[in-house]
Amino acid sequence: MSEGVAMRSPLTSSGSEIAPAPASPAQERRSLSDHLREIEFDPRMIGMVAALAVIWLGFNWLSDGAFLSSRNLWNLLVQTASIAVMACGMVLVIVTRNIDLSVGSMLGFVGMVVGVVQVRLLPGIWGFEHPLTWIVSLALAIGLGGLVGLLQGALIAYLAIPSFIVTLGGLLIWRGAAWWVTQGQTVAPMDSRFRPLGGGVDGAIGSMASWAIGTALCLAICAAAALIRRRRKRFGFVLRPLWAEILIAAIGCGAVIATVMMANSYALPAGIARRLVEAKGGTWPEGGLVIGHGLAVPVLVALAVGIAMTFLANRLRFGRYVFAIGGNPEAAQLSGVNTRKVLTLVFGLMGALVGISACISTARLNAATNSAGTLDELYVIAAAVIGGTSLAGGVGTIAGAMLGALVMQSLQSGMVLIGVDAPLQNIVVGIVLVVAVWLDGVYRKRLS
Amino acid sequence: MSIAEPASLSDTHPGLGTPLIEMREISIAFGGIKAVDGASVDLMPGEVVGLLGHNGAGKSTLIKILSGAYRADSGTILLNGEEVSIASPRDAKRHGIETIYQTLALADNVDAAANIFLGRELLTGWGTLDDASMESETRKVMGRLNPHFRRFKEPVKALSGGQRQSVAIARAIYFNARMLIMDEPTAALGPAETRQVAELILQLKKQGIGIFLISHDLHDVFDLADRITVMKNGKVVGTARTADVSQDDVLGMIISGKCPPAAVAGPGALRG
Repeated sequence: MSEGVAMRSPLTSSGSEIAPAPASPAQERRSLSDHLREIEFDPRMIGMVAALAVIWLGFNWLSDGAFLSSRNLWNLLVQTASIAVMACGMVLVIVTRNIDLSVGSMLGFVGMVVGVVQVRLLPGIWGFEHPLTWIVSLALAIGLGGLVGLLQGALIAYLAIPSFIVTLGGLLIWRGAAWWVTQGQTVAPMDSRFRPLGGGVDGAIGSMASWAIGTALCLAICAAAALIRRRRKRFGFVLRPLWAEILIAAIGCGAVIATVMMANSYALPAGIARRLVEAKGGTWPEGGLVIGHGLAVPVLVALAVGIAMTFLANRLRFGRYVFAIGGNPEAAQLSGVNTRKVLTLVFGLMGALVGISACISTARLNAATNSAGTLDELYVIAAAVIGGTSLAGGVGTIAGAMLGALVMQSLQSGMVLIGVDAPLQNIVVGIVLVVAVWLDGVYRKRLS
Repeated sequence: MSIAEPASLSDTHPGLGTPLIEMREISIAFGGIKAVDGASVDLMPGEVVGLLGHNGAGKSTLIKILSGAYRADSGTILLNGEEVSIASPRDAKRHGIETIYQTLALADNVDAAANIFLGRELLTGWGTLDDASMESETRKVMGRLNPHFRRFKEPVKALSGGQRQSVAIARAIYFNARMLIMDEPTAALGPAETRQVAELILQLKKQGIGIFLISHDLHDVFDLADRITVMKNGKVVGTARTADVSQDDVLGMIISGKCPPAAVAGPGALRG
């Protein structure tokens, strides 16, 4: 996760500020954990990346190299996108000591409405394949999801109904509503400009654009690091050692470059590549030509959501209030924070993100079905919790939750790849969830 | 209940100008129980008024009305002689009333700077949180209160009781409060830290800040307060200058509601 560099969560409990800058002889002997603390790197994040590496290498070994193929990784990222987007919102919900069990059903409902509007309503107004159809659909999904979320949030915040109950009701209500939209009929196919949101050949942006985005991301990582450093210097605070700063930026840029290279090396099917070349007036060479997919649109959407949500959580007042409410709701209120409003907005934000995920899912399936998103609430909550979000509230990071979503999807994809039976897949995912939370608890206890 | 003006300023402070705070005939009930019943208190600039009473006497509730946490059912609040409406903690802070709560009211999961500036964050020109400025200001104000404090980046959960108290006090004094409410400010502290708080109170007093001090510790109150107001069952028993009464007098007020001659009796005083 490239945004890891920009993360400066108030929650990372590092004591690096304690030590005065000049290194005294007594400080010579230091352990690895001291070093990690010094560079203000959250050890839990490192643990999760390590877990992900183990999972990837393990499945790669078991599948004779199929897991780490660019084709599999590309699809893995696309499959993760929908859950990852929702996990970003779930972090804030859980941080405020609440839960949202309705996101899967909400996704189904919003997806159905978007499907009907896009396939039946809008074509009746301005015909099929209108250039505005996709953007209207997306805006509608975000708006409708946001409204549903705000409604639930208002019930929770202003009427003081427990979020577990409101969203458990929502789980039933929105699933029923999803069926109601078309009396259970599946709606298909989607607009051709809308389908890229789900990935696939249409949803890949190509090699050139991928490099452009990758370069921009790398520049942004370095600029953010430099900016933060300059700011801290101006106030005369203790700085990270320069090598650590460079190392972190290098890791971030490395991850970006590796992802772009992976996406670009996943070749388009020959037939499609040929059509693409010929459409541009070129001739298809004798021996064929390798044209890479490039980054997938849903992955870019998820990345953008992740960066925006990290910014919101760490750099805006709203995010500060969300965490303060999670730490001590009464204190936040006595400090003049409008806790009810913040809580309502958190659920509204969650709903808006569900709207984005509904578009990704519907576009990927190229159909709106009333069962879309079934059990998604559990995967989203699991992703957030595996990613270090504490159900007790007050603690969690967006980047962690997105990594958690990737861990979950890696497990599932990997098991499918090596042919594990479906029931056993669920058993494994369940066990991993429980063990991850247990390990996190052990780690936390050792800290305090 | 219409009794003659209870414990009014003209009795205790003849010719002293406008009080900083005047709470008149404040009442509030929770589910039919009158937690505060027609209570009147006042506070002059640079004065420390001790609020005393048993648990449940209504002193914390009265003070929470002033800090905006509760809204009174009836009664008026005057600041510098002008009637004001305090509907929320934000209102109170806008009027320059800061509160140090008994529970400290800190968000345990964020650092000292985030707590001190909670609800009043410093922002950059872009509208984003200016963490560097907030940390810098926090270092300044904490340097005054607790010079050895270094744990600026840690969540306040990791701090000691005294350090947490310092953060709560820093939050109250950073924003140039004119009136300060301290609810059991030394309950969690050791003797040395308690002395530190006492020194701080004297220092703030010198700056002309008015302080309501709620405490169960009679010695504390006698050392620091200029006047004492005792409450019992939601009513004011009486108000007296600390110099005019003995600790036994005050104990009598707290326990039986008996008002000594040197005190101005309130509606809660034992009649007869």
